[in-house]
Amino acid sequence: MADQAVRTTMRRSTMGIGSLSVTAARFVKANPSMAAGLIIVAVMALIALLAPVLFTENPNAVAPRERFTGPSSGSWFGTDVVGRDVYSRTIYGSRVSLIVAAAVAGITTLLSVVIGLLVGYYRWVDMAVMRIMDGLMSIPAILLAIALTAVFGGSVQNVILALCIVETPRAVRVVRAAVLSLKEQMFIDAARAVGVPTWRILARHLFPNTVAPLIVLATFIAASAVLLEAYVSFLGAGVSQDTPTWGSTMAQGRQYLSRAIWIIFFPGVFLTLTVLGINIAGDGLRDRLDPKLRRRM
Amino acid sequence: MLRYVAHRLLATIPVLLTVILFVFVIVRLTPGDPAALMAGPDAPATDVEAIRESLGLNRPLIVQLGIWMGDLAQGDLGTSTFGKNKVLDLIRQRMVPTISLAVMAEVLAVGMAVPLGILAGWKARSLTDRGVMLFAVLGYSIPVFWLGLMLIYLFAVNLNWVPAAGYTPPQEGLLDYFMHLILPAATTAVIAMALITRMTRATMIETLNEDYVRTARAKGLAEKVVLVRHALRNAALPIVTVIGLGVAALLSGLVVTESVFAIPGLGRLLVDSIASRNYPVIQGTTLVISVVYVFINLLVDLSYAFLDPRIRY
Repeated sequence: MADQAVRTTMRRSTMGIGSLSVTAARFVKANPSMAAGLIIVAVMALIALLAPVLFTENPNAVAPRERFTGPSSGSWFGTDVVGRDVYSRTIYGSRVSLIVAAAVAGITTLLSVVIGLLVGYYRWVDMAVMRIMDGLMSIPAILLAIALTAVFGGSVQNVILALCIVETPRAVRVVRAAVLSLKEQMFIDAARAVGVPTWRILARHLFPNTVAPLIVLATFIAASAVLLEAYVSFLGAGVSQDTPTWGSTMAQGRQYLSRAIWIIFFPGVFLTLTVLGINIAGDGLRDRLDPKLRRRM
Repeated sequence: MLRYVAHRLLATIPVLLTVILFVFVIVRLTPGDPAALMAGPDAPATDVEAIRESLGLNRPLIVQLGIWMGDLAQGDLGTSTFGKNKVLDLIRQRMVPTISLAVMAEVLAVGMAVPLGILAGWKARSLTDRGVMLFAVLGYSIPVFWLGLMLIYLFAVNLNWVPAAGYTPPQEGLLDYFMHLILPAATTAVIAMALITRMTRATMIETLNEDYVRTARAKGLAEKVVLVRHALRNAALPIVTVIGLGVAALLSGLVVTESVFAIPGLGRLLVDSIASRNYPVIQGTTLVISVVYVFINLLVDLSYAFLDPRIRY
């Protein structure tokens, strides 16, 4: 039923018949949870983009006299230990989270396609590279992320770099698994038999077949990256203190838990909602792009 | 089977070697000089140099790696840079809280997740199913430390049911021991729970679609018997796998929960030693955690082969 509706919706939209709002309404009806996820992510992206005009003040502006004031009409989410506005810090904090999510998902996906295609296709590369990947994967993700950020130093770029190293092995496993089963199939044999060069087999025959799982994978990497960034900055190793992030705002509020719960509460709600939105959208995407997985998960 | 076990055991060696090498390189690349930290801020350069020499940090990296691996081969994880404790002893002291927490979290997670997963799979696409699934997605979307802090605020600060943080060893009173562990265990359990619930549900849906389940229903067996004896037994295998994966997820989560709840476990030891650039402790602890992780995965694979006679390697 639902699938039918989606298919008709898609056909209509590609044919240009039916207004946009009808298409959107059908999509929401066919995939209510995925639509909810996408809306959450879109709203977060808007918040990040429009941060300066969303009634925020300078997130780093200190006002010692107004420290620890609870949520009020003046400061919606209250103020922290030095009187900074928690609302402004939360709104601006979405920027780091979303930049990290997008960058890590993008870079990791690209890296894992290249590595995954090579290790899936060439056995000798597989042996060497997968041992390294297994080694990386056997260090708990949070630890590896903290250690790597400590090595690289705390800037947004470095956190992104560290998280890419953490996420890549898992992503490579997914691409590799897809390639391993694909390359045994008839159409690859056929391509080889008519003399298609290897790079072309990789690029034109194997790669397109890994796209669907990759898109799904990218969403889960994005969700995981948002969480890991928050963990790392909560434990004090992330982006430098001048840039407001959800994790560091909560870390600074941690000592005052019983006195000023709002310092931790609000950034946490935003963080949870963002990750939840990405995950729900990812689940929906997986159901649509990968019907085989649908039964399994 | 024996050949398979041997093969899998051998295959862990290169993985562990990679871990050793990786940890060593990461630790040495981290900015911050342990000798300078030890000597204190006002120490003269000669003192710092002397400490560096006594720690062996002035030698070439490759020699340091060689020494460390030589010691490792003899079961010696080295000595802490501060306080002169054996790393192995430090880890041993921190082991009990971590294991207690992990076991309690896993029991909570499995105890909640498997019944929930069965229920959701059995009532697939119903409102119950949707509710359970939303709960599961929420479980792995919620930041562990935030959940922990919120639970502390609710149950410790406001309701005063349990202590906010800390740890009491079991020999100093079992009740106290449990009271200290229940919040962190529940917090950690939520992550593993999400994973196990989803997997249980998925396998249940798959097995409930099998012909033998239809046969069982057709011959008039009670739904309970069909569920438990026919479906769940056949669904056990993937569930076992994911319980193993749950333990792995717990290990990662423990680093954070231990820090939030001030529990003197392995994760906290590690985070503290990263902050103080305590090379031997970082290396030793990461290695121990990774070894545990690798062996859990190995056990899961082996249990697979053991539980399903069709799997031959």
